[in-house]
Amino acid sequence: MRIVVCVKHVPDLMADRRLGEDGRVARDGGDGTLNELDENAVEAALVLAEEHDAEVVALTMGPDDAEDAVRRALQMGADRAVHVLDDALAGTDVFGTARVLAAAVRRIAEDGPVDLVMTGMASLDALTSMLPAALAAELDLPQLTLAAGVDVADGAVRVRRDLDHATEVLRAPLPALVSVTDQANEPRYPAFAGIMAARKKPVDTVDLADLGIDPATVGTGGARTQVLSAAERPPRTDRVLITDEGDAGVRLAEYLVEHKLV
Amino acid sequence: MTTPAEADVLVLIDHADDGTLRPQVRELLTLGRAIGTVHGVWVTGAGATPPPAALEEVGGHGAPVVHVLDTGSVHPRLTPVVAEALAGLVGPATRAVLVSSSFENKEVAARLGVLTGAGTMVDVTAVEVGPDRLVVDKQVFAATWTSRCTVRTPLAVLGVKPHAVEAEATSADPAVAVTHEVEVSATARAVEVVERTERAPSDRPDLGAAQVVVVGGRGTEGDFSLLDELADVLGGAVGATRVATDEGWIDKDAQIGQTGVTVAPRLYIGAGVSGAVHHRGGMQASGTIVAINTDADAPIFEIADLGIVGDLREVVPRAIAELRRLRG
Ligand SMILES: Cc1cc2nc3c(=O)[nH]c(=O)nc-3n(C[C@H](O)[C@H](O)[C@H](O)COP(=O)(O)OP(=O)(O)OC[C@H]3O[C@@H](n4cnc5c(N)ncnc54)[C@H](O)[C@@H]3O)c2cc1C
Repeated sequence: MRIVVCVKHVPDLMADRRLGEDGRVARDGGDGTLNELDENAVEAALVLAEEHDAEVVALTMGPDDAEDAVRRALQMGADRAVHVLDDALAGTDVFGTARVLAAAVRRIAEDGPVDLVMTGMASLDALTSMLPAALAAELDLPQLTLAAGVDVADGAVRVRRDLDHATEVLRAPLPALVSVTDQANEPRYPAFAGIMAARKKPVDTVDLADLGIDPATVGTGGARTQVLSAAERPPRTDRVLITDEGDAGVRLAEYLVEHKLV
Repeated sequence: MTTPAEADVLVLIDHADDGTLRPQVRELLTLGRAIGTVHGVWVTGAGATPPPAALEEVGGHGAPVVHVLDTGSVHPRLTPVVAEALAGLVGPATRAVLVSSSFENKEVAARLGVLTGAGTMVDVTAVEVGPDRLVVDKQVFAATWTSRCTVRTPLAVLGVKPHAVEAEATSADPAVAVTHEVEVSATARAVEVVERTERAPSDRPDLGAAQVVVVGGRGTEGDFSLLDELADVLGGAVGATRVATDEGWIDKDAQIGQTGVTVAPRLYIGAGVSGAVHHRGGMQASGTIVAINTDADAPIFEIADLGIVGDLREVVPRAIAELRRLRG
């Protein structure tokens, strides 16, 4: 069995995230990390791999420092990694990203079939949560998204998921795409031995030519939407901090009335 | 490009399993009217049809026709099924497809984008209809930034957040249901819904759409009764942090944050909530933020318009009593 887990390098949540002049996520901060929610996907892949004796391939697309994201996946226990790196990818939208990742998955499948493609539920930056569904569509795979629990048995994958209004159990035959939520597991912290071992694990860097993708169809030029402007939310002004001396409940009520919030 | 008169807009009509409309549908229909002629789209299976009350609401908000797309034996809730069904209705005159920006509908939007080649955006907070293009405001970085974008393709697929427009009724005529049987791909059919349990709707306003949201965290120590009472007095919804939902103090669908519901009410009141970055991601676009926390260094005070350093068990009951008194 072979599992491909897609990971992304994103600006650190705690750092000052911003959009650059061109409306794209500014990546000059140097304090990026593996998208936290992708750690849940890596963990889920590793658990399944342990049960089913599978190979786990971490896949990422992004600039040079995106290699840190696959490195982290390798430290956690993935066997090898593929990094799609090409200058023409800057500014690629979610659909271009899905096409590139799909081509990379197909390339990995040349070494032997890929049974599961796994992703986190969303990237905690600008791409929102559209990628898993777009990637499943590109790969023409059954999608089982937002999994809070995943099992594989008898050539089928089964997930449990909690949606806004309902709880569901879904099942589909392999191969399939599964996205997992932060509820799926507690990602392992790489042990020292894992960090050492990861240094020797192969990271295969491929470009668009290797994947047979025309650079004109990706990047800012290939995007279907265009950012006109971007602005940070203005800071809140007139903020008040009070300490309760028995009167804060009353002051809260007065505040709500005064600001016409009741 | 087409003018509103010749442009068609498809609006996905979200509904509960019993056919009750989700509240945001009215806003989407209202928004759709600014773009063109609105058609409701109701995806269903096994011959189920929209109840009369739903047709009245949809017609009343400006869609004379509801296309009922019947997927037969295939489960109509699966997002690839919904996307394929919707794609079948997209024609040359379709200028926009509007869906709510829930986790599920973002998948519908993504798949429609792949199927139709449409420019697709989610987390949309405002839409401006230009003569030849749509200009859209959307939130990024958990609503700490807003970006203004334009759709380069003739068709736009938009996932819209609650409150992008105010719902407005226009007509007294119910919509007419037109049923189409739809076939979906083998891949979409390959997913089987083994179990589905829909939670009963609560009497309170829908969390994502509520104008007042009262939120409890670990500081409640599991007792949400005071917050329920405050929410009732304010006519608001009750939300929670992941700690509170993980502990089972309240349903999972009450979780606000990056991996839960995103809210942007006029008033957010957090009690016993520290304001962790994951939680802030789901509430910091709120109009007014009030925080009650015993710890003066709690990060939520960094974004609170009114911060109260105090014990929620002291502050909340007094606030409730005073609000009742002020109202007489
Ligand atoms: C990948 C990931 C995703 C996550 N997604 C989410 C998400 O979507 N939503 C979410 O909420 N969390 C999420 N979390 C969890 C998040 O990081 C925090 O752990 C969580 O939000 C903290 O919840 P809390 O504020 O209830 O608890 P705590 O951080 O423990 O804070 C409790 C607060 O209550 C105060 N307090 C205690 N007693 C009282 C009292 N009597 N009166 C007043 N104040 C009192 C304390 O001073 C403290 O500040 C996520 C975490 C991860 C890793």
